[in-house]
Amino acid sequence: MTDEKPTAGGVPVPVTPAGATSGAPAEFPPASPAGRGMFGNQGTGDVSGFGGLVRQHRTIEDSPRPYGGYFDEVRDALEEAYPAFGEAIEHVVVDRGELTLHIRPERIAEVCQVMRDDPALRFELCSSVSGVDYLGADERRLHVVYQLTSMTYRRRVRLEAAVSVEQPHLPSVTSVYPTADWQEREAYDMFGVVFDGHPALTRILMPDDWEGHPQRKDYPLGGVPVEYKGAEIPPPDKRRSYQ
Amino acid sequence: MTSSNYATERETAEGRVFTVTGGDWDDVVSGVDPINEGRIVVNMGPQHPSTHGVLRLVLELEGETVREARSVIGYLHTGIEKNLEYRNWVQGSTFVTRMDYLAPIFNETAYALAVEKLLGITDDVTERANTIRVLMMELNRISSHLVWIATTGMELGAISIMLYGFREREYILEIFELITGLRMNHAYVRPGGVAQDVPDEAIVKIREFLKLMPKRLKEYEDLLSGQPIWLERTQNVAVLDVTACVALGVTGPVLRSAGLAWDLRKTMPYCGYETYEFDVPTHADGDVWARYLVRMAEIRESLKLVEQALDRLKPGPVMVADKKIAWPAQLAIGVDGMGNSLEHVAKIMGQSMESLIHHFKLVTEGFRVPPGQVYVGIESPRGELGVHAVSDGGTRPYRVHYREPSFVNLQALPAMAEGGLIADVIAGGASLDPVMGGCDR
Repeated sequence: MTDEKPTAGGVPVPVTPAGATSGAPAEFPPASPAGRGMFGNQGTGDVSGFGGLVRQHRTIEDSPRPYGGYFDEVRDALEEAYPAFGEAIEHVVVDRGELTLHIRPERIAEVCQVMRDDPALRFELCSSVSGVDYLGADERRLHVVYQLTSMTYRRRVRLEAAVSVEQPHLPSVTSVYPTADWQEREAYDMFGVVFDGHPALTRILMPDDWEGHPQRKDYPLGGVPVEYKGAEIPPPDKRRSYQ
Repeated sequence: MTSSNYATERETAEGRVFTVTGGDWDDVVSGVDPINEGRIVVNMGPQHPSTHGVLRLVLELEGETVREARSVIGYLHTGIEKNLEYRNWVQGSTFVTRMDYLAPIFNETAYALAVEKLLGITDDVTERANTIRVLMMELNRISSHLVWIATTGMELGAISIMLYGFREREYILEIFELITGLRMNHAYVRPGGVAQDVPDEAIVKIREFLKLMPKRLKEYEDLLSGQPIWLERTQNVAVLDVTACVALGVTGPVLRSAGLAWDLRKTMPYCGYETYEFDVPTHADGDVWARYLVRMAEIRESLKLVEQALDRLKPGPVMVADKKIAWPAQLAIGVDGMGNSLEHVAKIMGQSMESLIHHFKLVTEGFRVPPGQVYVGIESPRGELGVHAVSDGGTRPYRVHYREPSFVNLQALPAMAEGGLIADVIAGGASLDPVMGGCDR
């Protein structure tokens, strides 16, 4: 072949690639540290973990004061009304316009009592109690999250208490907030957190004889593969995920 | 085989035969005097026409008086919260809309608000998107209250109102079908805005509905408000005062029927509710009758809100401008519901490779949400609907918890029912308006 490209009246015309005529496969680009084959991938063609980004668990860090909004007021009022503040409150975090108080689990009922009764706090309504499993983050991976609402001051605050799987015990707040009854049962059902002093801590959503706590992160989702137009689609928790 | 206490045995031509006697059942039965013994336990549900879905009540009765009531739930648990953790953030809308099936728009909006707060784009949601959300939520509130009045009427012996309530609800579902492509389970409100714009014919239909509905409400009230049986069945029945409501976490119309004007649209506004003009109806009695009046008044307030929303519906985008979040497909309603518009498909398949890549990445992988947690509460037809969403920085929710008003409110049933008549259990339970799809999730 000549170095000149074939033209037809000055316009390049498609040329048959080398190898196509001889029947030999097209040549790979030269191997180099920068890359060989497609996009420099050395392993499989799976691009999970795209961009080298991996999910990490952040450690909980205290927010600097002043927090802004009513958050300083709430903290100061609690500090004044509750003598054991320094011992019971592990962290105070302000994020996305929300205040989170991380409480030592054994103190949660006391703190709730103060939060409800103190005239400067008045969190009368316990909106929600639920669990979150931060698997792999910490020894105390099961977090119980309480969303308190003050109807008097129109404020919200979140209390968070962390327990371990080996010692998943913390006091029940049902004596302070009766509405926590079913919600604590749900947290027990789904995460296996044991609320000491709860009037009847039994499963609520899952059948009574169920084994395990389904919303823990080490509990599989389950599911069966589905065949669709000849291809097999794996169950959701076995599909490729972009971590 | 060995003989046991529970089965005597004897040899026959076909082999050994056991006669099961049922253990100590005979002793138990002989110890109970069924005629004169005071209490019997009645199991109501889970399949009972007036328990609003699969709710089971275990009632201990003394004559017709309920001495103890216990609710058993979980029959409709579908693991939606767990499933969300295995889908990307946008796919979540499709799941959460199926929780409280009478208020799907509220489930979606609460979820969208939580994701937007996590992303920090709450203020970037366009005005038109917010107005459409308010419009849809208020229409949904009306349809949900209509189902309430329909089913409660039926349970208390007023069959006509059941037909009328469902008839008008059907009208709203038709509006929803025009806008979202589906009557229920819309997945219409998405993180960042709404799936697509409201078509003009839907606006016309909503205007017609606004003209029609006040007359129909008047009809309902003519039918019920002065009717002796309805009054007898609702007044002074299943009373719950403000203290009990707050202690048990009961919110929504039930709390307002006891006298506390707590409505998140007013007290902790979202989606621009603070700019609308509407009242929060309350009542002092705290009984089923008061809940009926409050809900009827709320339908009227919702009609006012729908009208205001229609008036301020100015042309504009319905999705955030950020192309890294906004759904790439221009969705359109086809004959089989909502789907990608043909122009969009033609563009990505035929013209623009970059658009195809962008579409593919956002649809299969989804967007990343910075790590953190938020709680968002909105006023659903049943009370505070809260979403606690946690992100670990990935493309999927790490944890989403729904604070379902049906779930929390149902705890109040024993407080309402115990000491009353068994017939009033139905009235009290119905007045809480529990939807088991939401309760069990």
